[in-house]
Amino acid sequence: MTQPRPRKQVHLAAHFPGVNNTTVWSDPASGSQIEFDSFVRFAQDAEAARFDFLFLAEGLRLREQHGRIYDLDVVGRPDTFTVLAALAGVTERIGLTGTINSTFNEPYEVARQFASLDHLSDGRSAWNVVTSWDAFTGENFRRGGYLGQDQRYERARLFLDAVTTLVDSWPEHAVVADQAAGRFLAEADPGRFTISDSQFDIAGHFDVPRSPQGRPVIFQAGDSDAGRDFAAASADAIFTRHGTLEAGQAFTADIRARLTRFGRPRDAVKVLPATTFAIADTDAEAHELAAGIRLQQVSPATAIMLAEQLWNRDLSDLDPEGPLPDVDPIVGESTVAQGRASVRMVTDQLETAQRWRAAAAEHGWNLRRTVAEMGNRQHLIGSPATVADLIERYVDSDACDGFILVPHLVPGGLQAFTETVVPLLQERGVHRTEYEGTTLREHLGLAPLQRPAGRRTA
Amino acid sequence: MPTTGRVVCRMDDGTHGQRQRLPMLLGIALDGAGWHAAAWREPGVVADRLFSAGHWVDLARRADAAGFEFLTLEDGLGLQAQPWNAVAGRTDRVAGRLDAALVAARIAPVTSRIGLVPATSVTHTEPFHLSKSIATLDFVSRGRAGWRPQVSPRPAEAAHFGRRTMAAELTDAAVTELLDEAGDAVEVVRRLWDSWEDDAEIRDVATGRFIDRDRLHCVDFEGRFFSVRGPSITPRPPQGQPVVLALAHARVDGRSPSSLVPRSDDSSAAVRFAVRSADVVAITPADAVQLRELLDLVAQESAAAGRTAPLRVVADLVVLLDGPDGEPAAERRARLDAADGSPLVSDAAIMAGSAAELTDRLTQWWGSGVDGFRLRPAVLPDDLDTLARSVLPELARRGLRTDPAPGTLRDHLGLARPENRYRSTVDEGVPA
Ligand SMILES: Cc1cc2nc3c(=O)[nH]c(=O)nc-3n(C[C@H](O)[C@H](O)[C@H](O)COP(=O)(O)O)c2cc1C
Repeated sequence: MTQPRPRKQVHLAAHFPGVNNTTVWSDPASGSQIEFDSFVRFAQDAEAARFDFLFLAEGLRLREQHGRIYDLDVVGRPDTFTVLAALAGVTERIGLTGTINSTFNEPYEVARQFASLDHLSDGRSAWNVVTSWDAFTGENFRRGGYLGQDQRYERARLFLDAVTTLVDSWPEHAVVADQAAGRFLAEADPGRFTISDSQFDIAGHFDVPRSPQGRPVIFQAGDSDAGRDFAAASADAIFTRHGTLEAGQAFTADIRARLTRFGRPRDAVKVLPATTFAIADTDAEAHELAAGIRLQQVSPATAIMLAEQLWNRDLSDLDPEGPLPDVDPIVGESTVAQGRASVRMVTDQLETAQRWRAAAAEHGWNLRRTVAEMGNRQHLIGSPATVADLIERYVDSDACDGFILVPHLVPGGLQAFTETVVPLLQERGVHRTEYEGTTLREHLGLAPLQRPAGRRTA
Repeated sequence: MPTTGRVVCRMDDGTHGQRQRLPMLLGIALDGAGWHAAAWREPGVVADRLFSAGHWVDLARRADAAGFEFLTLEDGLGLQAQPWNAVAGRTDRVAGRLDAALVAARIAPVTSRIGLVPATSVTHTEPFHLSKSIATLDFVSRGRAGWRPQVSPRPAEAAHFGRRTMAAELTDAAVTELLDEAGDAVEVVRRLWDSWEDDAEIRDVATGRFIDRDRLHCVDFEGRFFSVRGPSITPRPPQGQPVVLALAHARVDGRSPSSLVPRSDDSSAAVRFAVRSADVVAITPADAVQLRELLDLVAQESAAAGRTAPLRVVADLVVLLDGPDGEPAAERRARLDAADGSPLVSDAAIMAGSAAELTDRLTQWWGSGVDGFRLRPAVLPDDLDTLARSVLPELARRGLRTDPAPGTLRDHLGLARPENRYRSTVDEGVPA
């Protein structure tokens, strides 16, 4: 018998640094964000620390500000499915989570891509279902951006239903491959499906046999009421921005209540906030380090750009080292920036600007400092022991089930965490020292899938 | 004329006298358990592992070690083993397939030299997604990506997407229309590969700029079938332009899993697509006479299209060799045919014989001026192993080819890394 594990387990994951100002490309320690070696290094660091999964975000059009490509952050990323399939070849256990949009894709294609990825990784695939829908992004696609905002979750829900129907269309033992008897299939014409609803009218045969996990683990990352309902109804995990203890508790309580309403167990969905971190020998040093990173993340030019995104105005004349704008934000659809989920997520521009002004006044911050302090997502700052305590406190008080760590450096940024905090969590018995299971569902402690009893009807 | 480092052979090829040629190019076409419908029943095949990474890694490593310049992976957007426009209703053949582009990505890190050429449909898919997918394959393989665009004329596949319908009868006009659309798709994909200049990433700490956005370009494609704005979200891949291979069938019946143009007995529409869009064209001559006719057709269409860039021509051959235990090819073929209940048929010529006979055939055909071959093994890995053991070494001994040195797929094919079509010329020579 191994030791019992009375304590609630922490779920840890690693987000490959993205195309926003969290990623500090100007640091001498920063490497390529596109060469495969960077992905390999990052994934292998996360796997060596026995993380649950690796996470990749995606945006399908390069961001613009004032009608020009945004050039201050990292720009450029690989195709999500392709890089995850390649990473399956250089890792063995770690989950592979890809962000894939439900507006600019079709269920048949996405279902065969996830089913294929799940086969090729022996059951480690996960899908973060995002619903970005704008016409700006649509210009890159033959279908265009035809979806109204109010339809995005209807399409997402029906898209996910369709993918589930497709991957469930092959029964578990459809491939018998009995060479002596000359029988490859248990039954002729496997994979039959018919889907007919307000979004899709498709029928035929799915062409990928059932994969090790049956279907990918489902993540959701929207924050609206509709997005939360979608998660509570259908997801296995949520990628959230609610990273403070109080906001996390409120968010998690909200999700658990919704789960109950949808007839699911209260712990059926893992809540995983994204967070950056700063770790040093002492808490004081860590706070100093964190402040330095915040300033690296917000150069003077970046400060103006981020302020413009909130104010929805041209602020190019402003001095980044001077005071905040003395005008109010222009409320409504952004006319300044395009291609950013974060811009659409600020629904309370006036209130947010008010909070920024109050903070600036209280601390005597200039614009750049205010942007750096108010925009940051450094929820884990301190010595290794302090950070380990924080993580345990968050999880024990149901602010979340764990964290998706977003280092500010590619590709080595995880190391500061994995070499110091992970051993402490392992000692305390709240983080695994070896993978117990082989699939991502198992790493996340999700209940086994209900096997499809028969064919789903639409 | 080769334009990059690949060794050039100087040799007497019989018909053209002394001239400089590339070594004979060899590709291996991977699909399921092989190209014979009964292949999966052979003892050397682990039939219940066809959908596992291990199956593909094993085959890819064998092909890589054998020295093939490239491997191809078949794909489709529906079940294979169905006759044209109908459902097979059989349980004794392999059905189901993994996404070829993802299989290629999965094997990229565990192979070292071999080019990786997945097939994908351009009929029901987004050029934007395809472009970044193949560009990323080029990144993860360090410059070994290729791509075989194919059209999906089957009504059953169209019904999987529900965005358009396909006529049950495939007319020549419909084929031409699909290939025109494919040409536009390849054009968009290629423009997107070029939409970042190679030196667009500047990381200029002084100005805080990560990229020079003047070196990123909208592709602004507007065609008859769709429009795409760009630029890509993925930087220009290592090869600049990954290698595009087009299969131009002479004649296809509905059973071929690689059907580009089902039931068209005229290959010129497909050849026209290939000479406009591809770097490599695969043809399917039935015999030496047809081989010369098709080479002439490719040359004519290239000239008519005003093509100046090199186009490599490879001939497809289904190869069914003597068995691993010495069973003569003819008997092996008869046994496999009996197991399946119907004779092996293909759009490509079927070469059933000994390794020596195949080697002679390749040597002869190569003498007609074809640049190389894409071999479709009847049984995997058995026929692949025989090729590796007995055919490739003999071709090398005859001085017809050498194994490729480490490098990109373009290097293997003697194709230079192309200039970027959007490269700004204004600041040429001016220090950045
Ligand atoms: C933490 C977080 C991460 C997200 N990451 C992505 C992403 O990588 N790509 C994307 O297109 N949308 C992303 N989104 C956007 C959401 O998935 C969602 O589509 C959008 O917020 C609109 O839904 P909502 O109105 O419910 O928030 C993200 C959202 C959150 C909260």
